[in-house]
Amino acid sequence: MDLLITIFSSLFLLIGSFLCISGGVGILRFPDFYTRMHAVGITDTLGAGLILIALMLLSTDFFVFTKLCMILLLTLLIGPTTSHVLAKAAMHNGLNPKFNMDIDEQEDEKEMGSSNS
Amino acid sequence: MLIAATLAIFVAMFLAILRGIVGPTFYDRILAVNMFGTKTVLLIALLGFVMGRPEFLDIAIVYALINFISVIGVLRYSDSKEFKHDNGSIEKEL
Repeated sequence: MDLLITIFSSLFLLIGSFLCISGGVGILRFPDFYTRMHAVGITDTLGAGLILIALMLLSTDFFVFTKLCMILLLTLLIGPTTSHVLAKAAMHNGLNPKFNMDIDEQEDEKEMGSSNS
Repeated sequence: MLIAATLAIFVAMFLAILRGIVGPTFYDRILAVNMFGTKTVLLIALLGFVMGRPEFLDIAIVYALINFISVIGVLRYSDSKEFKHDNGSIEKEL
């Protein structure tokens, strides 16, 4: 039983930290605000949930377990709400998503080249 | 394994703050701050387990609430003029 708890908590911690790092890479590398928000919104909720579940498995005290449950519920409520509000505010204030990134970049490069020459 | 997860969260926080510094639009910065706050909650919870003091979880709960209230409080003013986004100027900057 002890071994099982250790194995599962380590597995959840590994997957959760992988998701956290991939969310960080996503927020840095994606081309558009909305795609960045997609990466952060998904990996934040899932990564935080997995890490908190792993801590729940490691906890021995009942109060610690309850507090971790509260943090998990708060995270699951807060993450989607802030993502929704942020996307709505950005859309409402006229931040348009980018379409056809490759074509845009090629045109930009052409414009840059023509202006240089 | 706990220490490895703590280091991974440190890396994610570093990447998020890079996007907050670089971020071309205002909303990118808000998104980076939000992600930084969520990662702070996880970091405090993990550090409590690493140091063997699970009382840190109270602080983590308070941090989660402060993070939520701050983002909602900033976006409360999203009707004002400073939040208007001009697509043309940003694309020229990029």
